[in-house]
Amino acid sequence: MATKTTCISSQVSDDEQRQKRENVRSLAMGGHVGFESLPDQLVNRSIQQGFCFNILCVGETGIGKSTLIDTLFNTNFEDHESSHFYPHVKLKAQTYELQESNVRLKLTIVNTVGFGDQINKEESYQPIVDYIDAQFEAYLQEELKIKRSLCTYHDSRVHVCLYFISPTGHSLKTLDLLTMKSLDSKVNVIPVIAKADAISKSELHKFKIKLMSELVSNGVQIYQFPTDDETIAKINASMNGHLPFAVVGSMDEVKVGNKMVKARQYPWGVVQVENENHCDFVKLREMLICTNMEDLREQTHTRHYELYRRCKLEEMGLTDVGPENKPLSLQETYEAKRHEFYGELQRKEEEMKQMFVQRVKEKEAILKEAERELQAKFEHLKRVHQEERMKLEEKRRLLEEEIIAFSKKKATSEIYQNQTFMASGSNLRKDKDRKKAPAYRFELLCFDVRACETTGGPKDAEEGREGPSTVGRP
Amino acid sequence: MDPLRRSPSPCTSRPPSPRTPPCEMLGHVGIEAVLEQLKIKAMKMGFEFNIMVVGQSGLGKSTMVNTLFKSKMWKSTLPGLGVPMPQTLQLQSVTHIIEENGVKLKLTVTDTPGFGDQINNDKCWDPILGYINGQYERYLQEEILITRQRHIPDTRVHCCVYFVPPTGHCLRPLDIEFLQRLCRTVNVVPVIARADSLTIEEREAFRRRIQHDLRAHCIEVYPQKCFDEDISDRILNSKIRDRIPFAVVGADQEHLVNGRCVLGRKTKWGIIEVENMAHCEFPLLRDLLIRSHLQDLKDITHNVHYENYRVFRLNQSHALPRGPGWVNLAPAPADLTATPGPWKVRWQAHDSSDEEC
Repeated sequence: MATKTTCISSQVSDDEQRQKRENVRSLAMGGHVGFESLPDQLVNRSIQQGFCFNILCVGETGIGKSTLIDTLFNTNFEDHESSHFYPHVKLKAQTYELQESNVRLKLTIVNTVGFGDQINKEESYQPIVDYIDAQFEAYLQEELKIKRSLCTYHDSRVHVCLYFISPTGHSLKTLDLLTMKSLDSKVNVIPVIAKADAISKSELHKFKIKLMSELVSNGVQIYQFPTDDETIAKINASMNGHLPFAVVGSMDEVKVGNKMVKARQYPWGVVQVENENHCDFVKLREMLICTNMEDLREQTHTRHYELYRRCKLEEMGLTDVGPENKPLSLQETYEAKRHEFYGELQRKEEEMKQMFVQRVKEKEAILKEAERELQAKFEHLKRVHQEERMKLEEKRRLLEEEIIAFSKKKATSEIYQNQTFMASGSNLRKDKDRKKAPAYRFELLCFDVRACETTGGPKDAEEGREGPSTVGRP
Repeated sequence: MDPLRRSPSPCTSRPPSPRTPPCEMLGHVGIEAVLEQLKIKAMKMGFEFNIMVVGQSGLGKSTMVNTLFKSKMWKSTLPGLGVPMPQTLQLQSVTHIIEENGVKLKLTVTDTPGFGDQINNDKCWDPILGYINGQYERYLQEEILITRQRHIPDTRVHCCVYFVPPTGHCLRPLDIEFLQRLCRTVNVVPVIARADSLTIEEREAFRRRIQHDLRAHCIEVYPQKCFDEDISDRILNSKIRDRIPFAVVGADQEHLVNGRCVLGRKTKWGIIEVENMAHCEFPLLRDLLIRSHLQDLKDITHNVHYENYRVFRLNQSHALPRGPGWVNLAPAPADLTATPGPWKVRWQAHDSSDEEC
């Protein structure tokens, strides 16, 4: 008989402990109620919503990433090969919608373009890490929004990273190790040996052992298929032993026996993709899609995303626990942070104001200085100008005086000449030497000539004083 | 909660179809195995369901719960046996884990004895609203922690069954008030209690009148029309909406009828079989709640009601400046209890926020 109990403060831990703490009883029912259809209801809802799966393929150019994805999903996604000459590693994401019976899958394939092609590979893995972080960030932003729509949000977080190892047969390259180490805490990493038809069976076995030991010794945590559920524990455990899978990808069909199979044809034989003896492709497909797709998604959400979220929020300086170790709600810490932030803002504002005022003052001082200089120059010029002017005045005065003196002289000389003319004409010859004499005489002569009415040419010539004066000629 | 804070426009749980090329697969790949994986995971984790029954005492709430889950969840209260009538509304919850065919369900039933029993029933819905919001608050607090639990325990009320007394006339003012307030916060399924006191014609008339009343007061009970996603949903839900509120009879005793052992009420004029569709509509209620719409109830609670509450709470504080590269996560207002304590949250804390109700 159920006893009425007051309600629950449920903590998540072991089911048993939880039940004991909550006074939750198991109850036997008297008949069929019908909630066994619950998983079906859940499934129906998921079918309606559709599924989302994002695969990141990391590997060198030409190692067979696109081909393997094509083979995995039995479609031809994209055709062209990428170039080897990219200066940086870039990630290219493409989304496709697949449908199988009533399941709709939104598949996003992210390819690394130019990985391992550069001469200096130091920065190769950073773009990949950045991309993964960016997807987490986008989801976090959506989750923290006030008005959010998580149910319609297109989840772009990377669920699995297929790392393609080139089949050298020796060991992991440094680049591989470095990249996988930086990715293992952010995404589920599944290493695969690409182009496995280049290795023989015995070499392959040794290669796998070497790879796994290297990964383990370097502390790289690759994705382990979960073994906690009985139905799939056994198969997952056995698959865990086959990691990393050696795969061959091909979309070409070759006739083997009497049917067409996907295979690669060589002069010495045919490598069948779906033959378990030839490569581990079937195992990979089985594990990746048929058995553990949901687990991959769940791990991404509950482990990697939560880790990212926690780190990001802690980076912001927010904690769950206050200074006296009392559980502090996020909001209180945020309130405190907000005050701090405001204070900081005020302070910065003050600073900026001060700086501005200072600058303005400086500028003003400079301008004033310049103004003063200009003024001084102006004064100086003015003075110089004044002086010049005075000098000029002086000169002019002198000149004027000279002119006056000269005109006086002229006047007196004219008067004098008039007088002498009036006085006697005989003094004319005496005045020959005088400059004015010829002109004067000429005048006289002209007077004579006129009186005689002769052309007077020879006479003129005789007298021949070249008197340029035109006064005489009528 | 102001009257304007209605549920948002159809929140489709289906993502918008991407503008991406649909690809043809050339053969079987095995994607549909993901459904199987889902099922396995779900069965391992178990399910949770929280239901609340509200109604005046004597309407058969406890019996109904026992009938629904075919077990003795509650001891059916018989009046006058020394059980004191509660003076104020007190909520009581009981949790059980029931299992059927490998499916584990953690069921929590919350009862509300004392609802509507006082002389002055003003604001008797407040403790209930307080409790529901308290559960949302708890979930919210868990959700915004930095180090979150892997699986946040879900104590939010997924469904509230409201028992309408079989007056045969129409909804009473108390009913209307309560339904108006609660429909915005939680999925409400009204039922006509003790329907064996009404004849079939009376039931139909009562039902029509109740439906009319609900429409007149803009009360959207579950299944809400605005959340119908596609045509098949709409058809199915319209059929259900046509029969809401169900006229139900509860019984936890078995009787022999025609050689079969059935749950029923034995009266002098016959045995009312609970699971007989001709007698009452209990099977419809059970199917709605458990067999077909349980997941939907949980989804709507999570995607709509909880989100509404979250938006409301986050907007309650002043507008915050945007932090460096991070979106707003507002602090709790001073009056709301920050610690997730026992469910008996002081409902005075919510009084101010419910002022405009």
